[in-house]
This record gives sequence, structure tokens and C-alpha cells, in this order.
Amino acid sequence: MNKKVKRKWLITASILVLLILAVLFISLNTGSLAMTPSEVIQTLLGQGSRSQQLALFELRMPRIIMAILVGGALALSGSVLQGVTKNDLADAGILGINSGAALFVVMYIYFMNGNVYSGISNLTIFTMPIVALVGAIIGAMLIYILAWNRGIKASRLLLIGIGINIAFTSLLTIFQLRFTTTEYNRIMAWTSGSIWGTSWKYVYAVIPFILIVMGLIYYKARYLDVMHLGDELATGLGVKVERTRLLLLFLAVILAGVATSVAGNIAFLGLIAPHMARRLVGPKHKRQLPIAALIGILILLGADTLARSLFAPIEIPVGIVVAVIGVPYFIYLMLID
Amino acid sequence: MRKLTRRQSYYFLLIGSLMILGVGMLISISLGAKQISISDLLKSLTTGIKDINYEIIFSVRLPRAICAILVGGYLALSGAIMQGVTRNPIAEPSVMGITQGATFMIALAFVLQKVSPGLSFSYLNLMLFAFLGASISGTLVYVVSSRGRGKVDPVKLALAGTALGTLLISLASGMAIINNLSQQLGFWISGGLTGANWQHVKILLGIGFVGCTLSMLLAPRLTILSLGEDVAIGLGEKTNRIRLIALLLVVLLTGASVAVAGNIVFVGLVVPQIVKSLVGVDYKYILPCSFTVGAVFLTFGDILARLINPPFESPIGSLTALIGVPVFIYLIRKERAYE
Repeated sequence: MNKKVKRKWLITASILVLLILAVLFISLNTGSLAMTPSEVIQTLLGQGSRSQQLALFELRMPRIIMAILVGGALALSGSVLQGVTKNDLADAGILGINSGAALFVVMYIYFMNGNVYSGISNLTIFTMPIVALVGAIIGAMLIYILAWNRGIKASRLLLIGIGINIAFTSLLTIFQLRFTTTEYNRIMAWTSGSIWGTSWKYVYAVIPFILIVMGLIYYKARYLDVMHLGDELATGLGVKVERTRLLLLFLAVILAGVATSVAGNIAFLGLIAPHMARRLVGPKHKRQLPIAALIGILILLGADTLARSLFAPIEIPVGIVVAVIGVPYFIYLMLID
Repeated sequence: MRKLTRRQSYYFLLIGSLMILGVGMLISISLGAKQISISDLLKSLTTGIKDINYEIIFSVRLPRAICAILVGGYLALSGAIMQGVTRNPIAEPSVMGITQGATFMIALAFVLQKVSPGLSFSYLNLMLFAFLGASISGTLVYVVSSRGRGKVDPVKLALAGTALGTLLISLASGMAIINNLSQQLGFWISGGLTGANWQHVKILLGIGFVGCTLSMLLAPRLTILSLGEDVAIGLGEKTNRIRLIALLLVVLLTGASVAVAGNIVFVGLVVPQIVKSLVGVDYKYILPCSFTVGAVFLTFGDILARLINPPFESPIGSLTALIGVPVFIYLIRKERAYE
């Protein structure tokens, strides 16, 4: 990496981090209990009232950390999917990987607890990411098998993914009817994406998966670069192409599945974040991946803050806010293509 | 056995589907919270004694059955027309975001009604909203996916349609949540015929009369256009004008369907595909058969929706989606254009 590129990368990264910190601070201020910035700082330093401490440490903090984890995970998952399929329009939400995970989690909670949300046991919480993983992997395998026809073609993979996504979402809709009216609304929030696993327990349940997989992906970043050169060249450079591709896909699916288990089906984030990152720092994955993750975090944190405050006290699913940003960008990408 | 000519299989399909439709209609009318046996049903119809069965049949069941027939027919017809114009087997109102556009605008109409108490829309007004939504999203997707001279990129068509469709449906859900209209609008978003009444039937019939007549007049043109842009121009067709009329027809038929039955997907994908494999490429045959087979499809879909999880009704839109997805995947695997 030459010096100029390195400096540009550092500047981009620091601006993003600053923006994230700013949004984070706004997010800490936002909520039904109004707090001034100075009160927030006081509470952070341990001098707030009990209700302030409760709001900050038990309600807002875990949610913010969750948004950070989910945003980063979805962005990285999208980057890897786009790199592996060599298609800029790939995204776990569009492909039906997220809805596979969502379907499995809703079914699991239903069979374990009878109905969603009210009193989910600890066992259910900590096994949930694994169930989501199973759903995501089954979704991904279905797409891969159905799209396989003497090799994988990117556009076919995408269209088959769209089909699978519709099937899973419909099953989810039919399943909704087994729940009561209030639960129905909540599952609707699920299908549209909403950060709902907002206590520390959920954070502990997903954090190991997300951090380990993120690390692995970063470690494998150079393979993504090599694979971009084409299968033959990659083989010539000593990469076991099919095996590496499957491994990377698997890692991307894990991230998407675990993120979905606590945040529902958030589409388009994994699509736009890598794209913006490529624009900012170029195609090399070692540089692109961290920036994509930062952009994902920034967008999701901002979107979640908006989703909570825009129509307070009613909260809208954050997936809708992300879609409002993501879809126009998606269509713009197709127009310039 | 001698292979049937296209013409013969056309008549077979038409008459066969009409017969199945008759059976389906009887089942559909007899099914519900109060079971009405076929013999009681026939008695009510023939004698005209105004007992409770008569009431139920004429105020609830019959309009519902007729709406299922008309909506299924219109959606299938729209799909057939769209596929002819774009020469793309997966072009269809719901893949192109047209149904979602109509759904979104209806959701908007409901929200407007709720926030300004003086405002109240009739069904006809709602339908105008649906038309507006359908035309905006349809045009947008068409423009994004066309690559000049009438050619449509099949991959982009599906991608742009799904993306826009997702956005519109999530916006509709969002508005529903904010205004506490989830249940009312959930009906439109997932599709269903629960609210069908005679007023719907009248409006559907009126619009359908215009739409179906125009479609049949357009049929020979569609056949030529489906052979390819160059051929059509060579034969002296004004291709852009045909496409515009076709898009208007689809907006009309789909918009009316959505205003009555909500967001029902994939009917226009599955039905024309079956029909085309039986009667060939002539739209003079494809269009009428698409209508009747579409009617059969949705009539039985509606029956199924009532049977799966009684006494609740499952959303028909989700059922048709589950039936449609395998067909969609099959078409994508078959088509070389997606390589």
C-alpha cells in the first residue's frame, strides 16, 4: 500500500468513526425519557438518577451496541457475497438468506414459547442464533443448489434468490396467523426488520459469532481479491477456488443469519454499504471491508435512531428506513450500469 | 393418439376450464362458517325462498366467488399481455412492482381517510388510487429495465420490480403501523377476498368489460410483437403505441384487482405459462384461456385459503406466491437469457 492511498484510507476511516460517534451520542439522547446532552454525560460518568441510569445502561446502550454489531455484520456479509458472486447487486436480504433465518427463528420461538416476545427463556435466547444459522444455511443451500447448472451464474443466482425470498416471506405471513393480534404486529416488524433483541442477554448471545466471523473474513480478504481475477488465474495463484468460495459464502451466511436472529429481515444494507466503500477506497478488500463495516454501522445506527424518534412513541421497523435509503440507491445503480 | 391441433386444444382448454370453474364455484359457495350442502344450494337458487341460506349465498358467498373469478382472470390476462409485450417469461404485474404500487396507494388512501376525518373515499375512488400507483410503479420499472428500442433486460426487470415492490410494501406496512391500521391494511398487503361484495362485482365487471374487449382487439398485434421488435416493425406495426396501450390495459386490470382483493402475486406468471404450453403462441387463443384458467386458479386458491387453517383464512397472496415460486424458479433455470 503506498503512502497516499494509506493516508486517504485513514482519513476516510476517521471521518466515518467520528460520524458514528456523533450519531451514537444523538442516539443516546433519543427516547421517551428526555435527557439533555450534559445529563447523558453525567449519567455516563455514574452521576445520573436511577431512571436515567436505567434508560441509558439497560435500554439504550444494548440496543446501540446491537445496531453496531448488526450493521457491521450485514455490511461485511454483503461485501463477501458480492465478491464471491462477482455481482454488485448481491445482498443477503435480497437473496432470501435473511428471510430463511427469520422464518426459522419465528417458528422456533413459537414452538418453544407459544408466542413471540412475552417471556422468552434464557435457553431460547442463547440457542436462537444457532437456529437462525440453520435457517440461513438452509436458505443459502437451496439457492445454491437451484442455481447450479454446470456452474453458478451470478444473475441466475440472484433471480433464484429473489424467488426463495418470496417463498420464505409468504410462509412467514401464513405463520403469522397462528399468533394473536398483538403478536401479528410484532411479526410484521420482524419481517420488515427491527432491532428487537435489546437487552444485554441478546448482545452476549450474538457477540461471539459476529466478532469471530468478522475476524476470519478479514483474514481471508486477500482471497477475495484473487478470486476477483477469475477462477483460472486464482487457481494458478494456488487458491483452491471452489473450497475457498464455499468457505467465504458460509462465513457470509453466518453473519447474515446471526444478525437476522436479533434484528429481523433488514435488506439492502449489505448491498449499499460495500458499494459506497468501493467508491471511497477502491476495490481492494483489505481496505474495503473495514470501511464497508463502518458505513453499515453508520447507516444502521442512524436509521435505528430515526426509526425510534420519527413517529415517537410509535416505533417503525428500521428495515423500512433502510429500504427507503437502499432502494433508490439500488435503482440508481441499475440505471448507471 | 393423434396430436391435437392448436385450435382443438384451445377449445378443449377453454371448455374444460369453464367446467372446472363451475364446480369450483359451487364448492366456493357451499364453503364457510355455515356449511351449505350442494343440494340446499341448488334448492335456494332454483326456488328463490328467502331463508337464511339464500341470504348467505346472495349477500356473501356469491359476490365472493364472482370476485375470485374476475380477479384471477384479470391478473392472468395482465401477465399474458405483459409477457407478450416484453418478450420475457417472468414479466408479470407483481414481479414488475405494479400490484405493489397499487397496494401502496390504497394504503395511502386509507391513511388519508384516517388522518382527515371529513374525507371518505368510495370504492371507485380507491380504484383510482390503485390505478395511479400501478401506473407509476409500472412505468418506473419499465423505464429502468429497458435498454433502448423496446428491448427489456429480463434480469433488471425482475430486480428493479422486486426492489421497488419491497420498498412500496414496506412503506405501506410502515404507514399501517404508525396509524394503527395494521389489521385493515394487512389484508391488502397479503391479499384476500374476505370483503368482496356486489359493489366490487359491478365495478370489476365494468372495468373488465372495457379491459377484456380491448385486450382481444389487441391480441393479433401482441402475437406479432411477441415475434420480436424488428419483425413487428417490418410488418408495419407501431410498436411503441402497442406497448403503451398494453401497459394501460395492465394497469387497468391489475389496479382494479388490487383494489378489490389486495396484493395477490404470481397469478399472471403461472397461468399464461401453462396456457402457452398448451395452445401455442397465438394471443387470440392465449388471452381467453389465460382468463378462464386464471379464474380457476384463484377460485381454488380462495377455497384452499379457507381450508388450511379454519376458522381463520390464510392470505391468498401468500398461497399464490408459494405456488408461483417453483414455476418462477423453473422458468429462470430454463431461460438462456439469464446466463
